[in-house]
Amino acid sequence: MQPYEKHNSVAAVMNRSNVDTDQIIAKQFLKKVERTGFGIHLFHDWRYLEDGSDNPEFELNRPEFKGAKILIAGDNFGCGSSREHAPWSIADYGFNTIISTSYADIFFSNCFKNGILPIKVDAKTLQALMDEVEAEPGISITIDLENQVINTPAGNEITFDVDPFRKETLSKGLDDIGWTLKFEDKIDEFEVKHKQQLPWLWPSA
Amino acid sequence: MKKTMYEKIWDAHVVHEPKGSASILFVDRHLMHEVTSPQAFEGLRIANRPVRNPHSILATMDHCVPTKAADRVSLPDPIGKKQIEVMAQNCADNSINLYDMNNANNGVIHIVVPEHGFVHPGMVVCCGDSHTATHGAFGALAFGIGTSEVEHIMATQTIQQQKSKTMLVKVDGELSEFATAKDIVLAIIGKIGTAGGTGYVIEFAGSAIEALSMEGRMTVCNMAIEGGARAGLIAPDQKTYDFLKGKEFAPQGEYWEQAVAYWESLTTDEGAEYDAVVELAAADIAPQITWGTSPEQVLPVDQAIPDPAQIEDSIKSLAAKSALNYMGLEAGKKMTDFPVDVVFVGSCTNGRIEDFRAAAEMTKGKKVAQGVQAIAVPGSYPVKEQAEKEGLDKIFIDAGWEWREPGCSMCLAMNGDYLQPEQRCASTSNRNFEGRQGKGGRTHLVSPAMAAAAAVEGKFVDLRNWK
Repeated sequence: MQPYEKHNSVAAVMNRSNVDTDQIIAKQFLKKVERTGFGIHLFHDWRYLEDGSDNPEFELNRPEFKGAKILIAGDNFGCGSSREHAPWSIADYGFNTIISTSYADIFFSNCFKNGILPIKVDAKTLQALMDEVEAEPGISITIDLENQVINTPAGNEITFDVDPFRKETLSKGLDDIGWTLKFEDKIDEFEVKHKQQLPWLWPSA
Repeated sequence: MKKTMYEKIWDAHVVHEPKGSASILFVDRHLMHEVTSPQAFEGLRIANRPVRNPHSILATMDHCVPTKAADRVSLPDPIGKKQIEVMAQNCADNSINLYDMNNANNGVIHIVVPEHGFVHPGMVVCCGDSHTATHGAFGALAFGIGTSEVEHIMATQTIQQQKSKTMLVKVDGELSEFATAKDIVLAIIGKIGTAGGTGYVIEFAGSAIEALSMEGRMTVCNMAIEGGARAGLIAPDQKTYDFLKGKEFAPQGEYWEQAVAYWESLTTDEGAEYDAVVELAAADIAPQITWGTSPEQVLPVDQAIPDPAQIEDSIKSLAAKSALNYMGLEAGKKMTDFPVDVVFVGSCTNGRIEDFRAAAEMTKGKKVAQGVQAIAVPGSYPVKEQAEKEGLDKIFIDAGWEWREPGCSMCLAMNGDYLQPEQRCASTSNRNFEGRQGKGGRTHLVSPAMAAAAAVEGKFVDLRNWK
């Protein structure tokens, strides 16, 4: 995974709440057996017209938001399915940061495993960010994960919380499995003990 | 210290808690289907990592499989076919027990797993599927994960987790005649909202939950995720033990008594505290129906569709307006004013034998209304077989229903069963998101009995005043 570095990028606004994983990546695109190439399908039903051309009404098709790496969205983003195709398509499209008030649990954890930083801010801060972008669409804002701060051109400085462990793995681009396997001896120990306590869970029983 | 069931299960599975990082939790059972696993196997292959405990995995094919018998012989969709072939190969290469499309045990993963007693109380159970919460009905901590975590569990038999908060949802009293487990859980979601359970594991309790069958409890826990919760849990009791006893993967012989004693120790201690408590009176729960594009947009069937202008919260008001527009509904009217085009009974929420019995009860001696397509999709071959033994298939077929092969089918419309734009569907599934059942399709979540009655009338009905 790519390490997450400080960046200054275009921010797109999507003022909708409860954006669900079925909208992020529709079911007809879940049949692939690879992890890549989902970006063109992101928000398919909203993004494209019947004839396959871009829907000019859809937020992310606004020319000012081209090349955006930051997505500012409404409450409870990513609710619904566990499909990791959702963050795969978001990352493949080019976003590496989402800013919202809240996220569905599984989606939130899937983001960190795909180099995406989902930032939580309060409702007032979110509104102020949306207003600032809407006043001047196409502006770039700075995300500094190390110092946990967002800086906007209007001079707003917004600090955010992030779990220290997730911060470390994201900023270093660490492999989760490799990290856990550092504790393989503990897993072995646990398994022996667990098997003694609950022998019927193993096939030999 | 007094502990909740969630805390007891958590504590029994902590492998290691490195300072300042996520806990490493042992995973007892890993459930698998064809859609969220191929990239995980690919990851293992690239890193040359073996599957640590193949016996802990049970796999099925359900999301992509056609429900028309002829299409199962030769899959019409080449991409779906590839996914199914990859699944078969991955399971064969890694000695994983797979109930493939033509296996007598095949069906929807969350229906199949309990049929074989693969999940027991007190286990930690994961699956790359958000409706894994279903297995909380057995008092197991069961939750959905992403594909990276599927790979992580295969490689390490563990998952990195942050501890959730606990919420008690207590439903006391007796349900009215036409209210079911589905209505309980829809009413709960209506009350707490789709983000109400975010960050929590919900324990469902109270006399109305205890009175439910295991099938009903599975329906309730299944939709815990629609309330935003990571998992739902119900304390195991005699019903749980009776359900499990004798099943293929249940503890056998001398282990049975030991296992029951262990399971009995798992229930929440008297006086243990939850981070949040929500209470509902079962008697107040009317048959429910969703009107919008989020499961929280739900109401008792006899109530008027809300007017977005009357909703105070501006975001909710906007969402309601957009939902009414998408759903082609008018505020102030009742859902019983609207016709249905399609009726779907099935899914991991309501695809069990009890659900087909309830739908057949409403269908017996009646006909599907003209112009309505009604499809019954058993959750598994064993469900199908049992229904046929009871003659339910004949009741459906005589009334004009289609009686299909098992699969997820029109719950998420990946397999060729889907709605046309603007078609209105009475569905026993779990999500009414825009486009969930087909682009432009309009989904109304209801119980199996409500769905079957809608098929007869050609419109939604209030079962309480239906002949």
